[in-house]
Amino acid sequence: MNALKRFNGSGWLSFGLLLLLWEFGSRAAPKLQLYLPPPSQVLAALGRSAVSGPMVAHLSVTVGRFLDGYFLSAMIGVTLGIVLGYFRFLHNLFETLIEFLRPMPSVAIIPVAILMLGIGDSMIVAVTVYATVWPILINTIDGVRHIDDVLIQTGRTFRLPQWKILWRVILPAASPYIVTGLRIGLSIALILVTTAEMVAGSKGLGFFILDEERSMNSGNMYAGIFLVAVLGYTLNRLFLLVEAKAMKWRHGMMARQTA
Amino acid sequence: MSILEVQGLSKNYRQTSGESTAAIGNITCQVEAGEFVSFVGPSGCGKTTLLMSIAGLLTPSAGRVIVHNKEVSGPPPNLVLLFQEYNKSLFAWRSVLGNVRFGLEARGNRSANAAKKAQMLIELVGLGGFENHYPWELSGGMQQRVAIARALAYEPELLLMDEPFGSLDALTRLELEDSLLALWSELKTTIVFITHDIEEAIYLSSRIWVLSRRPSEIIDEIRISFPRPRNQVSTRAEARFMEIRNDIYRKIRN
Repeated sequence: MNALKRFNGSGWLSFGLLLLLWEFGSRAAPKLQLYLPPPSQVLAALGRSAVSGPMVAHLSVTVGRFLDGYFLSAMIGVTLGIVLGYFRFLHNLFETLIEFLRPMPSVAIIPVAILMLGIGDSMIVAVTVYATVWPILINTIDGVRHIDDVLIQTGRTFRLPQWKILWRVILPAASPYIVTGLRIGLSIALILVTTAEMVAGSKGLGFFILDEERSMNSGNMYAGIFLVAVLGYTLNRLFLLVEAKAMKWRHGMMARQTA
Repeated sequence: MSILEVQGLSKNYRQTSGESTAAIGNITCQVEAGEFVSFVGPSGCGKTTLLMSIAGLLTPSAGRVIVHNKEVSGPPPNLVLLFQEYNKSLFAWRSVLGNVRFGLEARGNRSANAAKKAQMLIELVGLGGFENHYPWELSGGMQQRVAIARALAYEPELLLMDEPFGSLDALTRLELEDSLLALWSELKTTIVFITHDIEEAIYLSSRIWVLSRRPSEIIDEIRISFPRPRNQVSTRAEARFMEIRNDIYRKIRN
């Protein structure tokens, strides 16, 4: 909440100074410019590319895949997490599998996904979902486990059917943990989309960045990187904005407890 | 007509060591509609187990519970259990109004007058003006009032209360006791109350069952006939009040 309202002046200043340093450093050493063009040139490349079109198309492809993957992961992760967190025998049944798959670097399944789904949107979304589900799943399970039994018994004494207890008591009570999982998932989803696009794509910012690098067009390459960074930043901000609204009750509670 | 019958109820718990310990020995009792009855006993005597079994939240090891002529095999309708831990039992993500409305929603009442009814209950428990506060913004006593309003919104014929005022300070406690008695005489709900505070039980109830230590059994039944409305000063000052208190105390000690 505070992080949203507060304008961090010194933070932006140091960020600006770093860019300036880069700008002059790069201009002072023309030989380096192939590898490290000055930010002004990157911005110019970004402008050119935005006007002439391809970058915007790549951006929208990446955003589309990200949204598909992220929302699918959220749905799967939260639903599965609530069920596994609530029904202990189910969790026991799948615990070993989860603990075996979860620590594996998710990019390792990209070849498997290519093998099964070919090169295309569905492969990239599938890989993204695979990686993003884990933090959401684990945090949701954790959240459900931390719910006090009194709360569940309260739902039962009011004769809520099982599914309503899950939906109206367990889900909101676990929401602080779920939100943490969703926030971690946000950056993971973006990492996986770009990585998968680099490995096997003909569209998207990941593909664009790698393609420009191979054409020795470093201005465009950095423009692509810059765009991915802005995308990540924007998504994170949007997330915080929604979270501040949805979890208003929680923020006040925490502020009270730490006061 | 008896609204609640407990017949030969006992409950054993299996410990992690594999041994089984008895929480409730053998309890039989009957509650008439409209009564205010209490169970008093030393802490750890299985009072909560007894109430959970009546509420259908625990399965007894032997015996049975009958509410409204139906054997209990899960939370029965028309009955709500109110917990001591209001801070764990209230929905932190719902406002006072939202919590009270939950009681109505659980009844299937989502109509337009639900809001009005919730509002009325909030006024009734003395929380008018706090509708839009979250539970954590309220004091302990106020939170328990919210829990009471939420339970009443469900319109239970039988309200079970598990040491509801146990974690409140002494003054707040007296206040809530009087509020509860006022609500009870207005709404005619049957109340089964559990406490380890002997004087609280005498002040509130029409009948008291004294429980022994684990495995708990009823060692005495006492009718309390102080006129109502009762008064925190004059009722408690009666000589008979102290006699009953001392009598119960001795019985629990032995």
